Amino acid sequence: MMKLLKLIVLLTSIGLFTAFTLTSVGTGYKIGDSIEDFSLLNTNDAMVSLGDYENAKGFIIIFTCNTCPYSVANEDRIIALDTKYKTQGFPVIAINPNDPAVVPDDSFEKMKVRVQEKGFTFPYLLDVGQKVYPKFGATKTPEVYIVTQNDLKVQYIGAIDNSSRDATKVTEKYVENAVAALLANKKIEKTKTSAIGCSIKKQ
Amino acid sequence: MKLKSIFLCVIFLGLISCKKEVAKNEKTNIDTSHITVKSYDYNELKPLLEKKDDKTYVINFWATWCAPCVKELPAFEKLNKQYASKNVEVLLVSLDFPKQVEKKLIPFIARKNLQSKVVLLDDINEDVWIKAIDSSWSGAIPATIIYNKDRRNFYEKTFDYQTLESELQTFLKQ
Repeated sequence: MMKLLKLIVLLTSIGLFTAFTLTSVGTGYKIGDSIEDFSLLNTNDAMVSLGDYENAKGFIIIFTCNTCPYSVANEDRIIALDTKYKTQGFPVIAINPNDPAVVPDDSFEKMKVRVQEKGFTFPYLLDVGQKVYPKFGATKTPEVYIVTQNDLKVQYIGAIDNSSRDATKVTEKYVENAVAALLANKKIEKTKTSAIGCSIKKQ
Repeated sequence: MKLKSIFLCVIFLGLISCKKEVAKNEKTNIDTSHITVKSYDYNELKPLLEKKDDKTYVINFWATWCAPCVKELPAFEKLNKQYASKNVEVLLVSLDFPKQVEKKLIPFIARKNLQSKVVLLDDINEDVWIKAIDSSWSGAIPATIIYNKDRRNFYEKTFDYQTLESELQTFLKQ
């Protein structure tokens, strides 16, 4: 009986471990990887692909959503990033990775409402069927991937800055520093940072 | 202008719903005056994550706004109760917004009648302490550490009671 129990525990842990590694750790794009372009529905009902942006130098791709308080706390900072860097060739592309069936307030209709309320200056795309975020290996909102346009290579993964909960306490702006380095053809000092976020919701 | 008034309405509605909550608390006689939540920066929290005594510690990182965290809290509460006499201690480290401690966290603790110890981790430079807590942690919550003086494991996942208990058992057998 004990042996059987042990076997069950072992098999379950292997199962869990595999499930865990497949969904979050170990897979997904790493720094230097070339990403696959995507085509996702924007809140203006048009499809958006990175290939549409012929004149861009790169992209600030941000997985975010309506409902995560850490995302909401960063909305103004995301708008500021787009305002500052779109004209310099690095527009923000926001993607909501959550399954609206699990989080109704992250539905496409509610996304449209949020875009109006906040006056988003950037596309806000729904990852319909949740096919895109797993390729990135994103695990939470908000989470940023900076990608250069010519080679679609990942240059930065992580947080917007070093104080997600309180914008007034920011002392290091990771994304701004990374984009500034790319614009100046310099090496990005911090290519990978961590921040607290809401786990991406799936069924 | 229109947006502004919508925004104000939302805030106003928010206030009303908060008021309702307070009223409900009063009705059911939930007293929050005895509840305090101590706020730690990472350097202050760190000693609680690496004690070298005979206890096994279960540290859960959560927040009141995190639905999967709230869902798994009863498992941690049950564990805390069932294993209190077996040298196990549960610590709930909240990552709520510091400004919402009085408004959200404390009423939540009262409403759910949480018995495990709750502290707030309030520290910028998440990048530093997330990596220090575990190099594999993406920063998503819920996340959990189980440790004693001999062993330490980090879990970026949700638990039900059964899985949590069997994981804890592996620490107690040693």
